[in-house]
Amino acid sequence: MILEQDDLPAAWLKTMLIIKKPEYESLRRHGEETYPYECCGALLGTFRESDRVVQQIVRCGNTRDDRPQDRYNIDPRELIAIQRQAAQQELEIVGFYHSHPDHPAQWSQTDLAEAHWIGCSYVITAVVKGAANLTNSFALLGESEDDKRFEREEITVEAIVEDQSVCH
Amino acid sequence: MSLKVSIPTPLRRYTDGHGVIEVSGGSVASALESLLQKYPVLKKQLYTDDGRLRSFVNVYLNDEDIRYLQKADTAVKAGDTISIVPSIAGGNLVVG
Repeated sequence: MILEQDDLPAAWLKTMLIIKKPEYESLRRHGEETYPYECCGALLGTFRESDRVVQQIVRCGNTRDDRPQDRYNIDPRELIAIQRQAAQQELEIVGFYHSHPDHPAQWSQTDLAEAHWIGCSYVITAVVKGAANLTNSFALLGESEDDKRFEREEITVEAIVEDQSVCH
Repeated sequence: MSLKVSIPTPLRRYTDGHGVIEVSGGSVASALESLLQKYPVLKKQLYTDDGRLRSFVNVYLNDEDIRYLQKADTAVKAGDTISIVPSIAGGNLVVG
């Protein structure tokens, strides 16, 4: 039996992306706001063993003015500024996100060919007719350009829990 | 002359986890050579077998792309920062 990627049981997935609900919703909303064009941004956080814990998302501009509906590119100068910002907060760039307008939330050959941040997460949100649909995260694994590969990982969305402690 | 090289997340596994490395040199080329002397394993990640910088590796001196300066011959001064930035790009179309 062949399983579609989306049907893989969570237990089969080797790595995890942990993100708080406001950041998760914000990156999905970003794709709706730029529809029918692709959005893109960076994920800042920390590495925890094989997982990535997102503390902040940073929205970026898509420099692919020639075909923004199916391509994205982040200006390296923007990345340098983000890297500096991350270091000041003792965070690291742990991944990136982008949207696929009217296309599945699956990585494409273009995504893999142009992915070079091994060890980071690449989050893709399908935006269907302007509304955010499925969001998937793929860890870019491997040792080098020669054997890099995407593996889907579990996304754990953490709700912000208000402090409900009561003094008796 | 001492300057810094900013290492991106995916290459930090080759620099003992350090994000900033102090190097010496009078040009971008000699500064990167100084980096490779400290961490030789980085060479394969940054350069092709015939010694050219990989096409997806952007090198910036402070906020300027060295491709628009004098490339590897660009002069550096104390306190400068060289940033190594692998590109971030992609898009949909053919599903993998």
